[in-house]
Amino acid sequence: MSTIDPITLSVIQAGLQQVCDEMDLTFSRSAFSPVIAEADDRSDGIYDAKSGELIAQGELGLPVFVGTMQFSTMTLIDFIREGRTLPPEEGDIYIVNDPYLGGTHLMDVRFAMPFYYQDELFSWLSNTGHWPDIGGAVPGGFSANATAVEQEGLRLPPVKLVKRGKMDTEIYAIICSNIRIADQRIGDIKAQIAALNVGARQLTALLDRYGVATVKNAIKEWRARAAHQMRAKIALIPNGTYHGEAWVDSDGVVDEPLRIAVNIEKKDGDLYFDFGGSSPPCKGPMNSVLATTRSSVYLAMKHIFPDVPINAGTFDPLHIRDPKGTFLFAKYPRPVSGCAAEVSQRVAEAVFAALVKPLPNIVTAAPAGSSGNFALGGYDPEKDRPFVMYQISGGGYGGNADHDGLTNGCSTIGISKTQPIEVLEQYYPVLFHEYSLREASGGPGEKRGGFGINYTVELLRGEAQASFVMDHGRFGPQGALGGQDGMPNAVTVYRNGEKYIPKHLSKDQDIPITPGDIVSVGTPGGGGFGDPRKRSPELVLQDVKRGYYTPEQARDMFGVVLSNNLTAVDNQATTALRSA
Amino acid sequence: MADAPIDNSIVAGIDVGGTFTDLLLVSPDGVRVIKTPTTPDNQAFGVLKALEETEMDLASIDAIVHGTTTTTNAVLERKLSKTGMITTKGFRDVIEVGRRTRPQPYGMFGKFEPIIPRELRLEVTERIDAAGRILTPMIEEELHAAVKLLRDLKCESVVIHFLHAYANPTHEMRALEILREIWPNDYVTAGHQLLSEYREYERGVTASVNAAVRPILHRYIDRLQNELNSKGFARDFLVMNGNGGMVSARLVDKESAKTVMSGPASGVMAAANAAKRANIENLITYDMGGTSTDVALIKDAVPAVSNELDVEYAMPIHVPMVDVRTIGSGGGSIASITDAGLLRVGPESAGATPGPICYGRGGENPTITDANLLLGRLNASKLLSASETPSIDKIRAIFDEKIAGPLGIDVDQAAGAIIRVANDRMAGAVRIVSISKGYDPRNFTLFAFGGAGPLHAAALGRELSIPQILVPARPGITNALGCVVADIRHDFVRTVNCPLDSVKIEDLRALLSDQIKEGRRLIESETISLDETHILHGADMQFIGQTHLISIPIPSLNASKEEIQHIFEEAYFNRFQVKLPEIRANLVNCKTSVIGVRPTFDLGRIIDPAARAASLEEAQTDVRRVWFAGIWHDTEIYNRERLPVGSTIKGPAIIEQMDTTTVVEPGDSVSLDKDGNILIKIGKP
Repeated sequence: MSTIDPITLSVIQAGLQQVCDEMDLTFSRSAFSPVIAEADDRSDGIYDAKSGELIAQGELGLPVFVGTMQFSTMTLIDFIREGRTLPPEEGDIYIVNDPYLGGTHLMDVRFAMPFYYQDELFSWLSNTGHWPDIGGAVPGGFSANATAVEQEGLRLPPVKLVKRGKMDTEIYAIICSNIRIADQRIGDIKAQIAALNVGARQLTALLDRYGVATVKNAIKEWRARAAHQMRAKIALIPNGTYHGEAWVDSDGVVDEPLRIAVNIEKKDGDLYFDFGGSSPPCKGPMNSVLATTRSSVYLAMKHIFPDVPINAGTFDPLHIRDPKGTFLFAKYPRPVSGCAAEVSQRVAEAVFAALVKPLPNIVTAAPAGSSGNFALGGYDPEKDRPFVMYQISGGGYGGNADHDGLTNGCSTIGISKTQPIEVLEQYYPVLFHEYSLREASGGPGEKRGGFGINYTVELLRGEAQASFVMDHGRFGPQGALGGQDGMPNAVTVYRNGEKYIPKHLSKDQDIPITPGDIVSVGTPGGGGFGDPRKRSPELVLQDVKRGYYTPEQARDMFGVVLSNNLTAVDNQATTALRSA
Repeated sequence: MADAPIDNSIVAGIDVGGTFTDLLLVSPDGVRVIKTPTTPDNQAFGVLKALEETEMDLASIDAIVHGTTTTTNAVLERKLSKTGMITTKGFRDVIEVGRRTRPQPYGMFGKFEPIIPRELRLEVTERIDAAGRILTPMIEEELHAAVKLLRDLKCESVVIHFLHAYANPTHEMRALEILREIWPNDYVTAGHQLLSEYREYERGVTASVNAAVRPILHRYIDRLQNELNSKGFARDFLVMNGNGGMVSARLVDKESAKTVMSGPASGVMAAANAAKRANIENLITYDMGGTSTDVALIKDAVPAVSNELDVEYAMPIHVPMVDVRTIGSGGGSIASITDAGLLRVGPESAGATPGPICYGRGGENPTITDANLLLGRLNASKLLSASETPSIDKIRAIFDEKIAGPLGIDVDQAAGAIIRVANDRMAGAVRIVSISKGYDPRNFTLFAFGGAGPLHAAALGRELSIPQILVPARPGITNALGCVVADIRHDFVRTVNCPLDSVKIEDLRALLSDQIKEGRRLIESETISLDETHILHGADMQFIGQTHLISIPIPSLNASKEEIQHIFEEAYFNRFQVKLPEIRANLVNCKTSVIGVRPTFDLGRIIDPAARAASLEEAQTDVRRVWFAGIWHDTEIYNRERLPVGSTIKGPAIIEQMDTTTVVEPGDSVSLDKDGNILIKIGKP
């Protein structure tokens, strides 16, 4: 039995949560990088002073960072202990983006600040922000055909960017000389530091209020309770082993699909994840570092049980065997730029596919699960400046026991909104011809998948190169329990009127684009849930009226025949067709 | 404001809430308060009933000001008019696919239905670019065909939404012209008219909501106006908007979307008014009702306004509205124990039915109201909503079983814990409107109202180091009071999106002057008497390269660019503690509010001066045991209406009145000002 009363525990836990949420908010609202400001591709948290374990993390942090930052903080603590990094002093901030040291890809830059209270190291405050560029072969860092991490950009080991409250201008200068559009990075760095300072201020206030002993006690108790709560949820799963698979289209270099296979064993109240059957390390940038692989499992479990709070205890019952010898345990110098955006989502999809069997009311069919990165970089003669336009896209969510999947939902690992067309056309020399719901993309099911989108965009002037890092081009998001797969991703480029389809379907790089050329993208629909022949014919009729499916698709996919100029269901013909 | 003439006219403010319709009638003879049950199917019945109960000849009333939730309910319950959309070829799905979101950060479940279904969204060939140049002229035959089809499909209302219409409205204007000739009624909305800002999804949804509720609001207003006229009221009545200003019933339906979030706005306006009279300029308003709590910030007597509010998931209404933060904590919030063994309060609510256990309507879950009752804060025999005096034993038994037992504490402690956890959540909402925006709560007064606000205000003040609480004379009818005191208001926003140092100051002044002119024209068309017209200017700004905006005031039409730059930098530093001399500032939106100021009204009359007792002792009704911080105190109970002006009370004390109960904690001290406001100074217990 703990020594802290449950009410004080609730209040302190809410207080720690609020410290993190405040850091998230400050970071986004003051950032310059649209990836952070609009796409919220960042996360803030509080970590244990000695172990680096997660104490609390912002609710609005990018989901994929749910676990990575604690691995990063643990590595930093190891480095300090081993004398590979200078020891902390009050007012210091370390910067690190090395993927192999508890990270994701190079663009995710982590800051870590030792937080002192009454002259003692109480905890670490840390945040991660996705910088719009980190050097390397291509603007933005998503080089679809990199074969070594050096081609992906500048790699920083943990070093002090801020020493006793003062920025180290030498390190800053090195960074600026190695990245594109460096003049705005000072704004992002200040935003990232401001978030940590806000966190320090509020955490100090919390400690002033309740005292160190009580807060430490609450953190310990809260950790135990999160583990307890996760186990209470896991108890819903019958003992046994559940298998799930998912496929990455290719690594961007070798045109072969990569397999993710997971066996999840429920045993003694805990879950054991084994990815041993997955593909070996790959040549292109679709390798995943261990921290990202583990985070992807945490994030999938958090999506399945969203009301379980996040701290180190949450992960106690989740045992992930190191997937040695597979592309999910990348070692230096394997390229990794695609791991955070795409591979992480396939890992989550494999977990969903395994657990939808024992948890059909809680887990959905596969969501589109791609960040849909499309980058158009070039030169705008009218404004006499270079530009890089990033367009991210959503897709359909999976159908589920309760309802059809959401249309154009955000990537599994993200929470970010897309930029409005009117904003993109203000800033870049492009014209959109279409931005629409992608008809028939939702996988058929008793509850169908949500729909992806279609967009078509033309370059108006100057010259540009188009790059794509997407997925699900070869295989659509999986249906579940008899539901069909959603429609796969499709990329088509019309150059001088000629149609070009990337060899790797969802990944390509530096396709030359001239004015009048058109890029057309269709994003995946969600997987269907349950037998489509059990879908209410009235709902199918409504789908046809709305133009979601054609009458032929209603017949072929759902076994529903319409009559009377498509205003009614032909019940007799439908019954006959469905029982055939 | 002390010099402003006192209004001697007769004004009725009527606010429709979820449970009650409140009417406040102010006349030179005194003040009357009427509460009647709300009639949800048609709120007009409740409104008319309330007016009837005043027994006034409507012809003698100078102004009727009405806050209605007709459009709010229509949107939330999706009881909308059949509405069609005509939009740019290739973009009819903009309002359905949205901006790639999900309802919550974690969880793959979630649904969304667009406000206009796909089969009623039609496209025409036309295209304007971001600079406002016409790339493809509109093909009018296609427009005619689309209109005909929507008419055949029996749409009642229609919205025109073209890409980049904010930059050049030519095509939308031409479409309006054509529609005016052939659409069978007036229910035609064009996107740029309501919101001349870029972002096609937000502008499109705002316009669609407007179109879809317009016939509903129009019919409602029309019927009510006719009823009022037939009973002798000859003028136009006035309707509250979400911006905290009112607008003539004749004009309101054109911009119906502005009424969708008007509910909490009138209370904030009443707070601003009351506090200004008490010479308090910085306020945090705290309105706690049965199911939710609304919090807003008033700085220098001006309520914070936002044009980025969502009425629900993926339903942005981006017109300027009083920036109210709502959380799901109210008297009816249910307490429970989580899987992790922790006490949680809300967001589930027992609502009005069955309501808390103590209402005796079948409620079986412990709520905040029940906890207040067990702790002696509420008077069991005077519950406004209870059908009979509640059984304390039954409440205790439920608390024991559901909360105290599982936590291993006694029932009193459990009730105390529920209050503490609920206060903590509400304090979080207050922090978000204050600390998160760079304001220190210690420089503010907490203005507590709603049926439950004054019950919790002192504890909240203590938690947040807010030094003073103000409880107005009639906390339960503050929204109706807001209707009585609100001004006429018209807001304008125009996107400029240009670095400040390349803006021509003459152009900026011309833009703002145009907005003033349009506002004055609208105000002159109103029939109500006004003291003066008041103009506010503001801007939304950012550093170049950012996407988020900071709203700043522009002090006058003559402000220089240097002044605007300075105000922006200062606001940015206050918010983020960051200075960015390296980067230029960008002027995104220019905003003007034109406010027709109404004569002030003597709030001192809200509580009948004749009813006040001669001494504090005479105002005391009882002594009761009340629980504070783990200890039972013998506590004096007072009748609010009887408290003499100028009296002071030392906490602990409970002050009861028909519409609320005010809790004064040990260490606090209370004084009463001339308007009948209770001022609680938070002290050391």
